[in-house]
Amino acid sequence: MQLVLDGIITGLMAGSIYALMASGLTLIFGVMDIINVGQGALVILGAYLSYLLQQKFHIDLFLGLLITMPLMFLFGLLLEWAFIRPLKRDRTTLSILVTFAIALVIEGVLGLLFTTNMVKLQAWYINASFRIGSFYIAYVHIFGFILSVILLGGLYLLLYRTKFGYSLRASMQNRVAAELIGIDVERVSAITFGIGVALAAAGGMAYGATSSFNPASHYDLISRLLVIIILAGMGSLRGALIASLGMLVVEDVTSVLWSPVWASTVFFIILIIILVVRPQGLFGQRLVRRQ
Amino acid sequence: MNKKTLFYIALAAVLAFSAACASATPSPTAVATAAPVSTDTSVPPTATALPPIKIGISLSLSGDFSADGQAFQQGYQLWADTVNANGGLLGRQVQLDIVSDASSPDQVQTNYQTLINVNHDDLVFGPYSTLLTKPASVVANRYGYAMVEGAGGGPSVFTQGLNNVFDVSLPVANNLNSFAQYLLALPANQRPTTVAYATEDDPFTQPQVDTVKALLDAGGIKSLSYQVYPAETTDFNPIADKLIASKAQVIVVGTMLPDILAMVQRFQQQHFNPQALIATAGPDQGDQFLTPVGGAKVAEGIMVPNGWYPESNNPGNADMVNAYIAKYGGKAADISADVAEAYSVGQVVQQAIQKTQSLDNAKLLAELHSGDTFDSVQGPVKFDATGQNVAATAYLFQWQNGALVPVYPAGATNAVSPEFPKPNWP
Repeated sequence: MQLVLDGIITGLMAGSIYALMASGLTLIFGVMDIINVGQGALVILGAYLSYLLQQKFHIDLFLGLLITMPLMFLFGLLLEWAFIRPLKRDRTTLSILVTFAIALVIEGVLGLLFTTNMVKLQAWYINASFRIGSFYIAYVHIFGFILSVILLGGLYLLLYRTKFGYSLRASMQNRVAAELIGIDVERVSAITFGIGVALAAAGGMAYGATSSFNPASHYDLISRLLVIIILAGMGSLRGALIASLGMLVVEDVTSVLWSPVWASTVFFIILIIILVVRPQGLFGQRLVRRQ
Repeated sequence: MNKKTLFYIALAAVLAFSAACASATPSPTAVATAAPVSTDTSVPPTATALPPIKIGISLSLSGDFSADGQAFQQGYQLWADTVNANGGLLGRQVQLDIVSDASSPDQVQTNYQTLINVNHDDLVFGPYSTLLTKPASVVANRYGYAMVEGAGGGPSVFTQGLNNVFDVSLPVANNLNSFAQYLLALPANQRPTTVAYATEDDPFTQPQVDTVKALLDAGGIKSLSYQVYPAETTDFNPIADKLIASKAQVIVVGTMLPDILAMVQRFQQQHFNPQALIATAGPDQGDQFLTPVGGAKVAEGIMVPNGWYPESNNPGNADMVNAYIAKYGGKAADISADVAEAYSVGQVVQQAIQKTQSLDNAKLLAELHSGDTFDSVQGPVKFDATGQNVAATAYLFQWQNGALVPVYPAGATNAVSPEFPKPNWP
């Protein structure tokens, strides 16, 4: 019983970090109909930026986000302008190739700058923990969880309580109609891509604080992030949160109760069952467009 | 020319400049492929007049094994530099033809096909890891090439029915034997009574853990938990939690570097302090382990098996260590054992070729199967019928005061007393 409880807590904490990383991916898909397979590399880039600020300027990991997130937002705008906007036909298909190329370039440049050695972010709260019952919870997991709640909450407010949010959701529902009512869809797309990349910076910091990484770590990450947004329903923010938490909890509980070998298998069985019943995922696009 | 075109041109220029900078640094491949023009009068004239001996190698320069792959590249290159500085091999310079396999078992096959069939390399050396050596050795065997390697020691490499694969390092399955011998030799009142295991389902790690488990089971040390996890696992916390829940006195983990880093972090977070903690790989990576794990105090007492260490007095070891520091900087303790494994491959092939005075792979295979003993920086090398090195010694190492030191067998050069029980986490 204790192990199950441990598995649930661990899964929720780790799941919140994956939610942060996946939210950018699903947001970009929702608005732009492109699959950013470079999101994993952008997460790793974010982790390295946090590492750089910490090592060179001794800036706390969480405070460093005040620098890395705006930087990554601008980088996202640049990427969108240079590589995504020119795609006029077959956007969804071509975007996979283009964003994969971006991922490879990011991996190569990071390898050049930082080598391929494993890196781990260091701070007092990473190994420190506090006791609840017979279980210790690491401060970094709590802080990461709070960061996810704040950023995803902020994103929710942005989407549902601001004029930009209305424009963004209108673009998600119908790109052409949004243009007809005067929304600058290109501008909305660029900002959305920037936000998605900025969220990768936050996700990267949280990921780097809980796992070691190197420039090649994005391959493992992107496969998991894609699974999350497929389960969630492409484009659904709420779905990304629930799917992230669900995936990690199922895997962690299966791992401690049964075997790590079956952890992914059990999750994928659940995924297949859900997709058979709901091919559009838990909160697929039709539902999103009704929100 | 619009802004976007200008941007693409600028980006291409930056990338080209980066690539140029990268190749301008003395990267192993760049040095290897440079024309062997030398003003060094110690190099015999024939060494520059004859075409170079081309050695094809596929290495994991990106992907999961990239850190090890790059260390292997350093080892191969140091050996090639040493050979070339001493007049080459059979009077010819050695040129390494290195391509990256991105840690992919599929790509490694393609690479060796290309190296042998397209590039017509004279010889091939092995890639990194058991996982990649298996398919690579099949390709080499198809064309009658000898595949001498230093990091493909998993038992499954030697049960493929091939006669062309030779591992110069300690057979993987025996890596942890020294740890079992050490524990079982402890006085009864100090000897731990419980142990928990977790291992990747990797052909390098799992055989080691299974072998040591059999030895410890037979020695009366009770197994409380045994887990096998997929190599692609990224969340190690549940695995570590199960080890912690077992409350075992000894933890044996079949890991690569990322896994052991994650598990140490989890043990710290959960205030779990086993009496002994040993990992199949990771702690042997010098600074690549010490820095991310959190420094010397965290690493204190962690053990790892290996077949090499910088201070050993094996033939050519001191020269290799000095050459490494001169070329790549750092200190002896930073050198990965991968470097020595790769260097040993070159040493063994060099001696075999010097004996046969031929680059013919059939003659090379015959010499490697002859039962002769070769010298290497890892110690003596003698192959059995399957290609495993039966002369290798398993050493047990432990992090003590920021250095990875040999602790068993007691007679090893510079061996010190093991710290047992391991100190608590800082």
